[in-house]
Formats: sequence, C-alpha cells, structure tokens
Amino acid sequence: MHKKLHIRYWASFGLLVLMLILFIIWNINSGSIPISVREILEILFLGGGEETARNIVWEIRLPRILSAVILGGALSVSGFLLQTFFGNPIASPFVLGISSGAKLVVSLVMIFLLGRSMVASSAVLILAAFAGSMISMGFVLLVAKKVKQMSALIISGIMIGYICSAITDFVITFADDSNIVNLHNWSMGSFSGMSWENVRVMAVVVLLSSLIVFLMSKPIGAYQLGEGYAQNMGVNIKVFRVALILLSSILSACVTAFAGPISFVGIAVPHLVKSLLKTAKPLLVIPACFLGGAVFCLFCDLIARTAFAPTELSISSVTAVFGAPIVIYIMIRRKRSAQ
Amino acid sequence: MNEFYVHTEQMTVGYDGKPLIRNIEIRLKRGEILTLIGPNGAGKSTILKSMTRQLKLVGGTVYLGGEQMSRMSGKEVAKKLAVVMTERIRPELMTCEDIVATGRYPYTGTLGILGEKDWEKVHEAMELVHALDFKDRDFTAISDGQRQRILLARAICQEPEIIVLDEPTSFLDIRHKLELLAILKNMVVRKKTAVLMSLHELDLAQKISDHVICVHGDQIEKYGSPEEIFTSEYVHHLYGITTGSYNAAFGCLEMDPPKGKPEVFVIGGNGRGIPVYRKLQRAGIPFAAGILHKNDMDHEVAKVLAAEVIEEEPFSLISEENFQKAKKRMETCSRVICCVDVFGPANEKNRQLMKLAEASGKLEIR
Repeated sequence: MHKKLHIRYWASFGLLVLMLILFIIWNINSGSIPISVREILEILFLGGGEETARNIVWEIRLPRILSAVILGGALSVSGFLLQTFFGNPIASPFVLGISSGAKLVVSLVMIFLLGRSMVASSAVLILAAFAGSMISMGFVLLVAKKVKQMSALIISGIMIGYICSAITDFVITFADDSNIVNLHNWSMGSFSGMSWENVRVMAVVVLLSSLIVFLMSKPIGAYQLGEGYAQNMGVNIKVFRVALILLSSILSACVTAFAGPISFVGIAVPHLVKSLLKTAKPLLVIPACFLGGAVFCLFCDLIARTAFAPTELSISSVTAVFGAPIVIYIMIRRKRSAQ
Repeated sequence: MNEFYVHTEQMTVGYDGKPLIRNIEIRLKRGEILTLIGPNGAGKSTILKSMTRQLKLVGGTVYLGGEQMSRMSGKEVAKKLAVVMTERIRPELMTCEDIVATGRYPYTGTLGILGEKDWEKVHEAMELVHALDFKDRDFTAISDGQRQRILLARAICQEPEIIVLDEPTSFLDIRHKLELLAILKNMVVRKKTAVLMSLHELDLAQKISDHVICVHGDQIEKYGSPEEIFTSEYVHHLYGITTGSYNAAFGCLEMDPPKGKPEVFVIGGNGRGIPVYRKLQRAGIPFAAGILHKNDMDHEVAKVLAAEVIEEEPFSLISEENFQKAKKRMETCSRVICCVDVFGPANEKNRQLMKLAEASGKLEIR
C-alpha cells in the first residue's frame, strides 16, 4: 500500500510538472503572432531568434506567463489554507470576500494616486491589497466566531464580497476618464500588462510565503484533526491561527494587487489536487497545489487570450466556467458521503 | 508529594475567567484510572479540557509528573499527555493509519516525516486496539466503535504517561464499550499509564475505576473509591433521581414500581422471580413479593419494584410470623404466581404458600 501510494505521488507530481512545461510553451506559442516551438527554445535558451519575436516573448508573453504561474500558485495555496482554517471545503479568498476587500482598497489607492498623476508601485499595491484583505478577513472571523455554521460563513463572505464590489464599481464609475479602462480591466481580473518589476516583487512575496506555508505542513496536518487534537500534539494554536490568517491574506492580497480578483481557483485546485494525490497530507498537497494552481491559471489564461482573439476575456470568467462545476460537484459529493 | 503523577492544587475551571467549578484537587498515580461522573452539564468536560490546557485555568495549578504544567512547552506536554475527545472529527482523505500516525507528532522533525521506528510504533498501537485489519480504510468510512479505537491508538502511539478521555464510550454499543475499556485497562496494567476520563455509564465506571470523582454543582462533591461512591443513596442524590432508582449491587437502573394495592402475589426466590417482577412492572400491575430472604438476588429487584415485600433474614428458616403475613396478603390478591422450582428447609414455608394458593385456585406456575 505504501509503495503504491508513493508511485501515485511521484506520478502526480510528474504529471503536474509536465503540464506546467507544456502550458508554458503553449502560452508562448499562441497569440496574435504565433511563434514556433523551435523559435521559442532558441529565444529562451540561446538568446537568438528574430527581433520582434524576441520582444514579444521577453516583454509581453513571458512576464504574463510567469505571473500566471506565481499568482495561480498563490491563489490555490491561499485557498487550501483557508479551507483548513475554517474546516470548510469551499472556503477561498474569493468566496470569503477577501479578494473583494483587497480589490476595494487597491482601487481606492490607485484612483487617489492617479488623481495626483502618480503611478502606484508594486509594493504600495500589495500593501493596499493586504490592508483590504485583512479588513474583510476581520469581518469573516467575527462572523465565524458568532455563527458556527458552515453555510452562514460562506454567505457572509459572499455578502462582504458584493458590498466591496459595489463600492469599487461606484468609485470606478466616477473616476477620471483616462483611468477607467485600465482600472476596469484590472477590477475584472486579468494577467495582462505585467512588467518584469511586477513579476520580481510578486515572486519574492509569493515564493517566500509559500515556502513558509510549506514549512508549516506539520502543524497544518495536525490542525486537520481539529483544534483540540492539534493543541494536544503541541501546536501553539494562537500563533498558528494568526500565521495561517496572515499567510493566506498575504498570498491572496498579492494576487489581487496585480491581477485583480480571480474566482474559483482557490477552491477548485486544492480539491482537484487532493483527488489526484488521494491524500490531504499538507506536505504533499501544498507543493502540488502550487503547481496545480499554476497549470490551471495558465490554461485559463490561454483560453482568455485566444478563444475570442483579438478580444480578451477576463480571467475570472474563464476560471469560473471551469471552477464552478467543480464546486458544485464537491457539494454534491459531500452531501452523499454525509448520508 | 510527587508520588502522584498528576495532581491539581486549588484548581478552578470555567469559561472566559468565570469560575464554574472551584477548588478541584485531583490526585492520580501512574497505573491508576480516575473517572469523573456527574450529571450532564456538570462540567466534566470543562475539567478535562482545563487539565489538557485547551481551556485556560481560572485559578490554581496543575502538576504533570511533578512539573507545573503551565510552564511546560506544548511539545513537552504532548510527550506525556494524550487525549481522546468527544467531538467527532471528519478529516478528509485520511486512512485510519494516517490518523494514528498523527500521534507521532511530538517525535518527528520539522516536516513531520515518520521514520521506520515511528511506523513501528504506529502499527504496535494499532495492534493493541485490534485495528490492523482496517488500517487502510478511510477514517470516515468505518464504524463508531472502530473510530474510537483508532483515536485511542492515536493517543497510545503518542507514548503518553497519561491519557485523558472525554466520554470515550458515548457512541458505542455495549460490545465496543467493553472492548474499549478492556484495552484501556490492559494499557494501564502493562504500561503503567495513568488514565483520567469521564464516563456516563455508572456500571462501567464502578468496575473499571480506581478512584471516582463526582462533579455536582460548583464543586467536586465526592472523591473516593467506587465502593464509597456507588451507593444507591448517593447516586440518587448526585443525579437527582426522582423517577425510578439505581441499584448499587447490580449497578443497574430500575423503573418506578406500579402504584396501588397488590393484585398479584409472587412467590419467588433463587433469581427466578426477577423476570416475573419485570413483566408485572411493564404491565403496570402492582404486586407483592414473598417470602424472600434478604440475601436472595430476587430481593434486590423486588424491593424496588414490588408494592410490598415480605422479607426474611438471610440463611434463616421462614418464621411463622412472616408466613402468616404472606398468607394474609395472598388472600387479598386475585392471582398468585409461583416461580420457585426448588424447595428446601429454608423456604419450606413458601411451598406451603404454594399449596394454599393451589387449593384456592389462584395459582399460576411459572
């Protein structure tokens, strides 16, 4: 049995890495100007290739791909943390209104800065998004403390999300004309227009946070048995809970700061990954979540870019199409197993 | 003073700083079982949660192995104390083996990867609770009895010196209750583990515990050996029993007797009367029981179910006085049931009662 599972783990990780490479190449390859695989390899590893193609790859497609990889990973790890924390399989930054809170504060800050003709730096965006995440998180925690019911938690999260989105829309409607297009795109969720500076900042923040999350696999595993048992095993519950909240907020804030709110990745990917691995062991699930999130976002971004080219879809509408059925499936299956 | 493995001094427990039960003094040695009993909501779980640091103490100190527990790190405590809680857990995609393996938590490294030795301990613990057969099953797919054994195995492979269990037998059927407690007793004898638990089943508590603590009101009302605690009077008082009764000798519960003038006279003895008494009780027919020696097991049941018991001193011949009393009572009853099949010198008078009943045509033989 142990042997068999190990084979499954290796195979799953192999599959994820393979898909990641495949989708990276596919993403570089497709677009308004297709670039052949041979050319891609030349551009990436030999520094060769034609001038325009090189520019497209290095300045447009690669930053976008890398941010999809990093932010997709961040989203699903954040979702996994929230699901563990609330013991709720459909908790995620989007559902709990945390993304929307971040979106609200970021758009306020952006409009404020744009009004003074300043451009918000990556760090400012992240900080604003983090502040917004924490405000929403605060509300959700308050509700969670008062009501122990799972559905109430989700409903309150969705309501917070709606309120924040409404205010954001309101603010954007009255923002300066020239900013609207840009802001509107971002508030719908998109990986477009990433700069290398953005990628660098998000890489540092996300990779560092994810590494810390990975190192917390052991207490997270204990927490899966419930607070009481975790505490008995020697987990410092207070510190652990704060760490979990902070890390999941930082991760989802980083996503919102750069790509806007992206739905369903945080629920669908951890679930798919657990089904693939046939285990919920954090030691395996956390890295697999990261890879899976990256693959999922690359796949969705590919569709967003190419399905109705030259018109680009918002990334959220694509992730919703593929993610929402998975959420429905989770709920039906849980109902069945509860009986 | 540290012959005790666990002891508390002036421990006061409660929620949010509000005291619920005060001045709890628990003393427990290794290799002993201490059981908390008391009515629902008395605070048994509160005490256990406070002693395992899941709740903050309102006052006082808990010592574990001679050390102040509040000064120990989570890991230190985890190596000495393991819990089995009442809350049901529904972990996702975890096999029974995975659950048990979490018990090794305090012994593994940063990433919590189990070594060869750890797996040995896991399997040892699973063998002890007879759970190796279903080690690869999903934890949510097994029965309550199996689940409780897995949780116990989890606690065992944490290699604790004390196990704290909150109502471990609550969801179990009688077979699994007995199995679980037998495993526990075995652990206590073999590994000198101390056990602190709460139980609802008084009969089991009476048989397995070395010491019993009664939680009642805002205090520990009584603390002593099972023999001291489990008397009918005290149990009636502890649980505020007003309907039915608790039989200390049998450790069982009885319903209220049917009220009214006896309609049936039951000649019993030698344990043969009990089923008849119960049947009459169920039918709601008041009855008189006689003539019973006080050391007859029928007497234990008759005295709580019968409207009237005509009783004789142990090991004596039935006196003429009691015989006359029984005869008189029998005459007022419309039926007489005789369930005795063996007559000897001591109950010779019961045979005469039977003959009288036969002559009057009231007799039924059971």
